[in-house]
Amino acid sequence: MKIIGKKVKRIDGFQKAEGSAKYASDYYFHNMLYASVVYANVPHGILKNIDVSKAYELPGVVYVATYKDVPGINKFGHVIKDMNFLVPIGDKVRFEGDVIALIAAESKEIAEKAAKLVSCEIEELPPVLTIDEALKDEIIVNGDSNIGFHRKIRKGHIEDAFKDADLVLEMNFETGYQEHAYLEPQGAVAYYTPDNVMEIYVSAQCPFYVHEDVANILGLPLNKINVIQTETGGGFGGKEDVPSYVAAKPALLSYLTKRPVKLIYTREMDIKETSKRHPSKSYFKVAFKKDGTILGVKSKTYLDMGAYSTLSPIVMYRTTVHSCGTYKVPHVFVDVYGVYTNKVPCGAFRGFGSPQVLFAIESVMDEAAKRLNIDPYEIRLKNTLDVGDETATGHKLTSSVGAKKTLKKVYEISNYPKLKDYVKKYNETNKFKKLGLGWSHIFYGVSLGSGGQHLDGASAEVLIQPDGTINIMIGNTEMGQGAKTTMAIIASEILGQKLDKISVLQPQTLVLQDSGPTVASRTTIFSGNAVRIAAKKIKENIIGFLSNYFGVGKNEISFSDGNVLVRDKIFTFEEITELCNKNNVKLSEIGWYKTPKLHFDHEKGIGEAYITYTFSTQLSLVEVDILTGKISLKEAWVCHDIGKVINYDGAIGQVHGGVVQGMGYAIMEEIKQDNGKILTDNFNNYIIPTIKDAPQNIHVEFVEEEFSEGPFGAKGLGEPSLMSSPPSIANAVSNAINKRISKIPISMEDII
Amino acid sequence: MIIKFKLNGKEIVKDVPVHKRALDFLRDDLGVLSIKEGCGEGECGACTILVDGKNIHSCLMLAVELDGKEVLTVEGLKDKTIQNAFVEAGAIQCGFCTPGFIISTKALLNENKNPSSEEIKEALEGNLCRCTGYLKIEEAVKLAVKMYNKGSDKK
Ligand code: FES
Ligand code: FES
Repeated sequence: MKIIGKKVKRIDGFQKAEGSAKYASDYYFHNMLYASVVYANVPHGILKNIDVSKAYELPGVVYVATYKDVPGINKFGHVIKDMNFLVPIGDKVRFEGDVIALIAAESKEIAEKAAKLVSCEIEELPPVLTIDEALKDEIIVNGDSNIGFHRKIRKGHIEDAFKDADLVLEMNFETGYQEHAYLEPQGAVAYYTPDNVMEIYVSAQCPFYVHEDVANILGLPLNKINVIQTETGGGFGGKEDVPSYVAAKPALLSYLTKRPVKLIYTREMDIKETSKRHPSKSYFKVAFKKDGTILGVKSKTYLDMGAYSTLSPIVMYRTTVHSCGTYKVPHVFVDVYGVYTNKVPCGAFRGFGSPQVLFAIESVMDEAAKRLNIDPYEIRLKNTLDVGDETATGHKLTSSVGAKKTLKKVYEISNYPKLKDYVKKYNETNKFKKLGLGWSHIFYGVSLGSGGQHLDGASAEVLIQPDGTINIMIGNTEMGQGAKTTMAIIASEILGQKLDKISVLQPQTLVLQDSGPTVASRTTIFSGNAVRIAAKKIKENIIGFLSNYFGVGKNEISFSDGNVLVRDKIFTFEEITELCNKNNVKLSEIGWYKTPKLHFDHEKGIGEAYITYTFSTQLSLVEVDILTGKISLKEAWVCHDIGKVINYDGAIGQVHGGVVQGMGYAIMEEIKQDNGKILTDNFNNYIIPTIKDAPQNIHVEFVEEEFSEGPFGAKGLGEPSLMSSPPSIANAVSNAINKRISKIPISMEDII
Repeated sequence: MIIKFKLNGKEIVKDVPVHKRALDFLRDDLGVLSIKEGCGEGECGACTILVDGKNIHSCLMLAVELDGKEVLTVEGLKDKTIQNAFVEAGAIQCGFCTPGFIISTKALLNENKNPSSEEIKEALEGNLCRCTGYLKIEEAVKLAVKMYNKGSDKK
């Protein structure tokens, strides 16, 4: 490999360092209006009346839009359309962030003032605020029942497992919300241009979602809307479906006023209205043999969806498939329920419904190890998947299974036996500060799998300019994870052009075919393959031409390091592309990649759940202050089998960020609510890790068990990088205090 | 109120409303777009600017308070060492926090040419980053120090 897997500088780095990268809020247009939003601010009720007259009286207010102004379908929802865009009179308000009206005004200040002048009359209803209340189904939040969705796995005979078991563990778990807290709040600028194309500049992971959703809201054909993803200041799942709900607001106002309209959320709006990681409650019953072998898993998990289903049914697919962890389990009986409550709708968040159950199953594994007197490392090694094994859904794995290698690698780099010894000695001599070690061993089904295969295709366009510089446009997005650099590396590997001559453009939906969402750690495989295919096609065009032109064999032509070797003559890449251009050689191509068809029985939850899996292991060392309850992550050792490392620095960055964000989830971050209203609506009370909370070191290693379908063998890393962290840290805390942690975030009371 | 101040070395005279935040004034009126708003409450550091050599959250400052001051943002950095160090160290992901971190680093290195890990953490505690996990940011600051030291060795 020439450049794949090497350490390179990210291609968009300097632009960001000098502050010239343009995020949604950095777009300004002549004659631009500013939008504000009128919220219901009530968790449950019936909207009786809206009075906008006072707002209109304020000078500088240009438009106050309500449901009556929506020209298309006033509804959102990925699986079922159960959420109003703007609540109609007579309909229900289902959470505090339901939107009643939108304002367009000449300035931000006027827009905000006007929002306070809209009055609405809401007949309040008692809200449903917890999973337990929702399950009673006495007050219905949405649809016919609060249990909106159910998914399951039925494999083998679970009762046999319990009959044959030497140890049966029954444990309950709870997890809280997590707010994405991307540093850049949601925002969009919409401009209904004079030639009647709706241009939308939006901070987003999935511009094609915005495209379709805004088209529905406005009743416009898709070829009249261009969604341009701006530089995006972090997503983590929070900018998967939500940017549709955000962008539709200025889009409607721009449609109505024929002027550009900007809406940038404040942090408070963002936390109040937009999705979070689902809180959950789980019950696990797991059967083991004396030697630690798992015989069966029975589990029941409830996810708190909040007021609307949004992406929950898809999230639940992942929860279901990941419920048994990365282990061989012959008997499986898994149930996952999505439950409506009168709170903020939950949706996608790095890990997508799997961290909740991975925390549970990994805690069970540790507890079993303890009871059976086996080392937590050994019990995982014994049960983990290998080539030839079946996952809990009965998916037989035929290649690219590096699970064991990741375990062994972490064991080795952490010098585990010595470390264990050190911890033991430390704890014997320290009364109030205790150290703890915790393992986690997880897997992650890459991309959308059988839960969303209709979206699993991606397009890329590669264009070589006559001067040898290269433009790439992909349908997936850069949001910080390093996708642009990864794509440039792939093109560079194939075409031999230097990295600094390659730029990757922001996607535009009027240019590229729908490439599905940038989620599920799928970009490297999907866009990466699409770029690989397009670049290969161009390379063939060039080779075909050169072999004719110079009268040499095709195999006598090679590309590397900004040069092209034709038999024994070296040309610069620029000389060749100029020559090609003059001779009408096709220097632009589109690559399209889609996955092979998967087979899955959704009724039984059995089959090929995903195209491939990433396998990961983490060992964490924590220090717990018994007196104050303070937990610090001291050090972590992590290893991921991602098939092939393409963008080395990017991969390390993902793991560092994932471990720390996962740490926030496990021990720090907490959404506090009062009567369905979020109290922790900014960073003064929703506390995320600062540089002082970061561990001293995160040791990262990769295993490369190539996935034949992936570009150069690569799988995905974006989400597993977080997922290994919470269970490992929770297990480390349990280990330190010698008491099982069964709830995250871990609170002070759990310690002292 | 008419204010007069220096922005990245340039004299600015402008009439500003007394309630306007420095953040909005600098971004919306003067187009200094490296300054980002992440929280509006002085908690995230994305809006950090250098005022008379000190790092300040511009979301908590009024535009009129800029009167008579000298303001530096990343647009005005002539010496690119810190920026290069951030790129080199892999300390940038989404980049939304980056200008703020670079300004805070600048403030730190103005005062302390050889900060320890502890001092770096102390200086950057007011800047949040959700992407990197901070390890590479600390590395970037140390790299910048190294680059400066190398530069002064040569002289
Ligand atoms: S926007 Fe000023 S500190 Fe966050
Ligand atoms: S790089 Fe995204 S917040 Fe720091």
